[in-house]
Amino acid sequence: MTPLPISIAAAIASFLLLMIVFELIRSRRLRERYALLWLLTGLVLLALSLWRGGLNTIAGWFGVQTYPPAILGAVGALFILVVLLQYSTVISRLSDQNTILAQRLALLEQQLREEGPTALTR
Amino acid sequence: MPVLDQLAELKRIAIVPALNEEETVGRVIDEIRAFDPGFDIVVVDDGSTDRTAGIAADRGAHVLRLPFNLGIGGAMQTGYRFTFEHAYDIAVQVDGDGQHDPSQLPAILAPVLSGEADLCVGSRFTGPGAYRSSFARRIGIQIFAHVVSAIVRQKVTDTTSGFRAVNRKGIALFAADYPHDYPEVEATVMCVKHKLRLTEVPVSMRERGGGASSITAFRSIYYMTKVLLAIFVGLFRRYAVPFEEEHR
Repeated sequence: MTPLPISIAAAIASFLLLMIVFELIRSRRLRERYALLWLLTGLVLLALSLWRGGLNTIAGWFGVQTYPPAILGAVGALFILVVLLQYSTVISRLSDQNTILAQRLALLEQQLREEGPTALTR
Repeated sequence: MPVLDQLAELKRIAIVPALNEEETVGRVIDEIRAFDPGFDIVVVDDGSTDRTAGIAADRGAHVLRLPFNLGIGGAMQTGYRFTFEHAYDIAVQVDGDGQHDPSQLPAILAPVLSGEADLCVGSRFTGPGAYRSSFARRIGIQIFAHVVSAIVRQKVTDTTSGFRAVNRKGIALFAADYPHDYPEVEATVMCVKHKLRLTEVPVSMRERGGGASSITAFRSIYYMTKVLLAIFVGLFRRYAVPFEEEHR
């Protein structure tokens, strides 16, 4: 059985995560598209913390009899992995775009330098 | 036509977002000019890989060519920034895919010209002409219509329509702040939160002339979730009333 203090602590932590994500979106420091995975993480962890019987059942599926809260850690780790993978794709896209911007800027500067400011007005 | 007389005194522009619309963008430009040759046209090319930008430039439209795809929100805001910096009085949004019929511009312009609204949206669902779309999409559109109507406390039937007219206040707001990704629903709510007056008029839309819709079935769940989240969080933000500050 999951010890009650663990469930309470996990529920509070998940709830805090949800609140922090919400406030970050509200204050425009986090875009909705990148918040969705975090919200899903918070909601799943909150559900698993509160639904104690469910956590025990799921632990049983994986043959974890001694300490069901280990499942909480595993699920949390899985979500963090997915978030990190998403970030890797985001960083890759950003660096591609950054390259394109730098190249465009170099071309523009060359045009301005060699042909004067009138080069760009047609 | 009274709308044309009123327009004649205003500096006016059509913002045409386009992503790979080489088949239709030329016709859209011609049709806007056919309605009123005095409209300036700015085509925002959101990273097209076809001849969209070239075709638009050949027809004498201003072309803002984004170095990579920003998504419709970022593209529209680019158009609004241009519109704001060049001090236009009134702007219309007309999609580059040809689904908006420029001959219906008088309908969406009239409430803005009369000063009755700051933003006027052409709705497919309030008037003549049945709009055909998939079942899932109609459900989504219905959900948005109910949510948005409840928040803005007036009846809104078509929150995803990109066929719109805005005055200087709306231009200033959208140049400063425009939603990302799928912007129309949020932009509608944002306007009302900023104390801009919103109205809807019935329009009929055409089937897409070419290209492919940017919203596939696979993405619609993500789209719904993301927009509903944005609207929900938006309820807890404070909004300022935009003022028409001078640029520079």
